[in-house]
Amino acid sequence: MNDLLRRYGKGLTWTFIGLTFFWLIILVVLPDFKLLESSFRPYLPVVDVGGPKDVYSFNNYLQIFGNEVDFNFFGLHFPLAARVKVFVLTIFYSGVVTLITFVLAYPLSFYLAKVVSPKSLPTLFLLLFVPLWVSEVLRSFAWYIILTLKGPLNVFLMTIGVISKEIRWIDGYSPVVVTLVYAYVLFMLFPLYNAMQSLDSNQIEAADDLGAPWWRIHLRVILPHCKPGIASGAVMVFMLSAGSLLVPAIINSTTGNWFTQTIQGIMLEGQDWNAGAAFAFMLLLFCTIAVSVAMRVFRVSLSDIAK
Amino acid sequence: MQFNRKFLGHLYMVLFLVYLLVPLAVMSGAAFNASKLPTVIPWKGWTDQWFIALYHDARIWIAVRNTILVAIAVVIIAVPVGAAGAILVNSISGRVRAILYGMMVAPILVPGVVIGISTLLFWHQFSVGSGLHLSVLGQVSYIASFVMLLVLARLQSFDQGLEEAALDLGASHGQVLRRILLPHLYPALGAGAAISFFQSIENFNVTLFTRGGADTLTVYVFSKVRSGITPTINALALLLIMVTLVLAIWYEITRRRKARIDAAREAEGRRAEDAELVAS
Amino acid sequence: MSAGIDLDNVCCDFGKFRAVDHVNVNIQPGEFFSFLGPSGCGKTTILRMISGFTEPTEGVIRIGGKDVRGQRPNQRPTALIFQNLALFPLMPIWENIAFGLEVRGVDKVKRRARAEELLALVDLHDSADKMVSQLSGGQKQRVAIARALAVEPAVMLLDEPLSALDLKLRQHMRAELRAIQKRTGVTFIYITHDQGEALAMSDRVGVMSQGRLQQVANPRDIYNNPVNGFVASFVGENNIFTGQVQNAADGMASFATPTGTFRARLPGAAGKLYVRPEHMVLQATPGAENSVAVTLTEVAFEGNFVSVHGVTDGGKTMVAELRNDGSAAIPSAGAKMHMAFEARNAAILPDSATAGA
Repeated sequence: MNDLLRRYGKGLTWTFIGLTFFWLIILVVLPDFKLLESSFRPYLPVVDVGGPKDVYSFNNYLQIFGNEVDFNFFGLHFPLAARVKVFVLTIFYSGVVTLITFVLAYPLSFYLAKVVSPKSLPTLFLLLFVPLWVSEVLRSFAWYIILTLKGPLNVFLMTIGVISKEIRWIDGYSPVVVTLVYAYVLFMLFPLYNAMQSLDSNQIEAADDLGAPWWRIHLRVILPHCKPGIASGAVMVFMLSAGSLLVPAIINSTTGNWFTQTIQGIMLEGQDWNAGAAFAFMLLLFCTIAVSVAMRVFRVSLSDIAK
Repeated sequence: MQFNRKFLGHLYMVLFLVYLLVPLAVMSGAAFNASKLPTVIPWKGWTDQWFIALYHDARIWIAVRNTILVAIAVVIIAVPVGAAGAILVNSISGRVRAILYGMMVAPILVPGVVIGISTLLFWHQFSVGSGLHLSVLGQVSYIASFVMLLVLARLQSFDQGLEEAALDLGASHGQVLRRILLPHLYPALGAGAAISFFQSIENFNVTLFTRGGADTLTVYVFSKVRSGITPTINALALLLIMVTLVLAIWYEITRRRKARIDAAREAEGRRAEDAELVAS
Repeated sequence: MSAGIDLDNVCCDFGKFRAVDHVNVNIQPGEFFSFLGPSGCGKTTILRMISGFTEPTEGVIRIGGKDVRGQRPNQRPTALIFQNLALFPLMPIWENIAFGLEVRGVDKVKRRARAEELLALVDLHDSADKMVSQLSGGQKQRVAIARALAVEPAVMLLDEPLSALDLKLRQHMRAELRAIQKRTGVTFIYITHDQGEALAMSDRVGVMSQGRLQQVANPRDIYNNPVNGFVASFVGENNIFTGQVQNAADGMASFATPTGTFRARLPGAAGKLYVRPEHMVLQATPGAENSVAVTLTEVAFEGNFVSVHGVTDGGKTMVAELRNDGSAAIPSAGAKMHMAFEARNAAILPDSATAGA
């Protein structure tokens, strides 16, 4: 504190503290507390708020149960609450998205970090960045156009003879996965690129010189070095996918519900804000746990994840 | 073997770029198709009717206006707040620093729905109704984190001795900030403003829950997609892509020019050094 | 108006570590004063206390007679030249120099004119609009000096400004700095670990070790009459003998060492015997007094002098420095000769001061 005062003087120091306080406390911490608190209270008309019916309970959370449907998990059938099923599938497919983005981004980041001459890098990055600047809503919409029954993809595939009848792409979770990958692949690319860039090329050359085949070099030299980058990219993509509302809403059909859509349904159509808060909190809790686990497993810290 | 791999690398890069850009091209192409549904197939002939329809569609332009107003408001709030956070964190150390830093980075990882709902609930208890102002506040909570990271990174290359030199020469703290620290931070502040602006335009999750009845671009397109859509959206998309491209090119040209000037200056400095060694 | 600095029993602690220990010194207005000592001796801390970036834990600091404790750096009549210069990279040279005037509200035309004046003073013409990155090391030095002079400080504080420069440039800049100081008449407080610099430029030198001032005197006295072993060793080279004092009288004494018994000055407390290599005379026959027989081990021709190392029968190494005046023949290694010195050129000195000098 004293250092701050010495360096910036009283006026500026308090300005900085004030702005930061406004941000962290008023915009972040307090609303999240309110969310948590509301999730335990029932949704009541205004007159009943604070009255005898306003009690703390887990009721809102329990709403996730009930309404059981059949859950087909790789051949295993068992009944599961509808909303829980949606939750589980959201998590599962977010993981799939993360994996696919990793597979797509890895070769490219290696190429950018090690193969391309440094002079072309800024231009290449600019080219890669441009799609990112185009709004996510438009990019999802683009895929909607491509994947529709009579859309370009089907026409293209039929023209080159791969399929004979149009495939209904917009069914189930596949289109969501495809579009999420498209939307977030760059978020995997950049941390990976950063991590690879910091790897001394000499290490790769040394391994090569010692006779290692290219796949082994990747497995034993490059991948381990990039762990922080992989972790940070994976966390970003997973969180963005699990929390994405726009993409599933635009691209999907009724058979591929995302958990965020469940929340949206409760909040905006059902107008039950407290239950919505509970579900939102469940999502937050899960994401926090997932991130902490990932951080522990990969041994990275929060600062590594920041772009 | 090396040659092959390099070629594969280039090929992959090109394919990847194609993968990224083709959907955008398809979407833009649909803007010219005289078909009632946004699609490129079947192609019913070139038309500019959708651009004309776009021009006349009042609701879209209101949404655009709202989007830009919100984005500007977000920039105005998020940049000073994020910068203040970065300066604060940079000047302290130890556990307090780690905790503060964690708190500042966490909002990026929080799902937008959570931010939207929490913002809504929090302000409603003070009878502040839904509306674009809440959207601004919700967006700032995580966009300021981006600004903070950018400014913090830039602060690492700042020589604190410059602040001391300025103080020693008699500057007040405010003058030191204005003439020494802020100029150094301008690149990060500029980047922060740009990122804030674009992130705000992009934003959907937070805005959806907090906006009340007002439209922003993302929400409008979203609602139209579900309820019946015409290629006016594609026309708008094409316009936005064009604007993005123009900005990107302008940015690249400016960056290259600055790099050349800096390199020339440093070369001159090195020549002066050599001359000095010889002369003395 | 240049001012004097008074340090009254000044101490500075960082937690348990005492960086500056009861330093007492009065620096005269217009004086070129150097603090000389190894890294960590406290000289930088003293500079930062005078300029206001650190406050003393004990004692009083006066500038021009006024107690400045509690005054922030931007309130003090001092100007500091930082070790890495700290020139503002985003401003052209003239704005750097005029910065002190800018923050005092001087208008742009006057500022620019003054900057040009100062550029001429430090011999840097036509550089007003250049950027810092376009200058060489020596040029940047001069800009830093001009920037400090622009605020017309009562005291200039210089933190090892020449340490990053090449040898020849350093010597050139020494003369320049001294000339600038004489021309402007400002009090200069200079800190360095380079004894040649301190001796060449200063009116007086304060030698420091471990937070304490060991000796304050003009360069000649520091070199010829060091008060203790630390000063003698830090400034210049020595032959050092351990032994016992016998028969002390009238400031002289005899000193018994394993190598022999010598007569030397005894200015204060007892300690070790110090003789400088340039006071060693090399001769073929034994000298009348203070003479030691040695076998030469190493003869190094170093340009303007010849460095001769010899070892006694008892194993003690001694060094003599002979001026290269081309006259006498240079002996070769292995020769058996004698090194001798006059009593007045040798001193028995305690190790270091136990309290402020």
